[in-house]
Amino acid sequence: MSIKGKAYVMGAFEHPTRLAKDKSVAQLHAESALGALRDAGLTRDDVDGYFCAGDAPGLGPLAMADYMNLRLRHLDSTDLGGSSYIAHVSHAAQAIALGKCSIALITLAGRPRSEGHSGAVPRLRGADAPDTQWEFPTGVATVNAYAMCAARHMHQYGTTSEQLAWIKVAASHHAQHNPRAMLRDVVTVEEVVSSPVIATPLHRLDCCVVSDGGGALVVTSPEVAKSLARPRVKILGAGESMKGQSGGDVDLTYSAAVRSGPAAFAEAGLTPSDVKYVSLYDSFTITVLIQLEDLGFCEKGRGGAFVSDGALISGVGRLPFNTDGGGLCNNHPANRGGITKVVEAVRQLRGEAHSRVQVKNCDVALAHGTGGMLGSRHGSATVILGRE
Amino acid sequence: MADAPGRPIPAPLVNPETAPFWAAAREGRFLIKGCTACGRSHWYPRAICPHCFSDRTEWRASTGLATIYSVSVMKRAPQVYAIAYVTLDDGPTMMTNIVDCDFDRLAIGDRVRVTFKPAEDGTPYPQFRPA
Repeated sequence: MSIKGKAYVMGAFEHPTRLAKDKSVAQLHAESALGALRDAGLTRDDVDGYFCAGDAPGLGPLAMADYMNLRLRHLDSTDLGGSSYIAHVSHAAQAIALGKCSIALITLAGRPRSEGHSGAVPRLRGADAPDTQWEFPTGVATVNAYAMCAARHMHQYGTTSEQLAWIKVAASHHAQHNPRAMLRDVVTVEEVVSSPVIATPLHRLDCCVVSDGGGALVVTSPEVAKSLARPRVKILGAGESMKGQSGGDVDLTYSAAVRSGPAAFAEAGLTPSDVKYVSLYDSFTITVLIQLEDLGFCEKGRGGAFVSDGALISGVGRLPFNTDGGGLCNNHPANRGGITKVVEAVRQLRGEAHSRVQVKNCDVALAHGTGGMLGSRHGSATVILGRE
Repeated sequence: MADAPGRPIPAPLVNPETAPFWAAAREGRFLIKGCTACGRSHWYPRAICPHCFSDRTEWRASTGLATIYSVSVMKRAPQVYAIAYVTLDDGPTMMTNIVDCDFDRLAIGDRVRVTFKPAEDGTPYPQFRPA
């Protein structure tokens, strides 16, 4: 049994806001849902499956499903941090393949910018989590957990700050064409490595933005997809996994993408060389580099050389990535960027990306997320999408 | 730096499964968990061995000596501090802090030794200093 060809992404919407002081989180979820349903040519009453994660206010999916007054026969609130929404695409396809629903809505929203969140400040995430008593007192935040991965990768493979900077440079080249991006100025490698150090070896410009916002997706059965006017984006394969500290066998140089990626490629019957565009989770530059290696776009340890010299810039390099500017420059709603990764992949496959970043003949795209913390425990989700 | 006031350490939220660790810490002893079924030690301490899933785990005295596996110095904080993973000579690698050191000279591979520092509620919390 496979989900290949069993479901389509027919609606995709990125909330335009980046600062939503005048809106509630529930409102942002619902506005995103409305946007994705309009994009698909569907209405709220058509939805029979709903997917959300921990950013949704209330208990699991219940409060948001009630707020939107959905009539459902399938619900799923799998939480893999920022990678959740990529897993939700897969889970929706599974549910549709099994006949449990035919029109699935996925939403994400949050307002960490309005609420003053920073990835440099430790936050208690679950006092009852078994790791909390050991790790929260260390002052582990987000940025220093990822920074330890970067430090180890540099030590083990000779990766440099300049190589990591190329990832931000590529994102900035794309963001200049996105009027909604928070950071639209093109930056240079020199500017990235001379920006203030936040947590060694990561600089301010190695980090993603903190933004309010949201996004939503509509995944449908093939029958529904064929009845709609929008270009059909077929789900070809998916994989998910997690990686933690393995009881003390810690290795910070790879992610659970080593499992989710091959599973997705196997299901799709494709290899990395078939992929024309990638949306990669870019909480930090190091996140992108490690994912590229783990997904098989280059050898382990060779990510630094792979990303250098504009290799990720659309129209210039070998593998265009995050053509909306990504989390590094555009938007990281709810501190969970997974949904925007799918949204931009859908734009590329439809030919609806900005003309300056649209990938020619974009028939296969990959979206991948790393959620939670790469440096302690994280989820990975991969989805491969194709233009029909 | 060695004489600068330290970052306040949030109190660890102790539970029954881990109480023996913190009781030993109050006596200056650093314990880890090991498994009598597979023989391996692990971190963080659990009742069930994460390696072989046996319930035959026991508390063991650690040498408290370790090597830095990775380290990051947090500069954007009221007080600069270092977070690290250190690999204990006893086997497992654990997340901790490096303290009583020159932050600018810390490097992967440095040898370190456990030291207990009081958390905000007085609980001795295990950190590491240059050996």
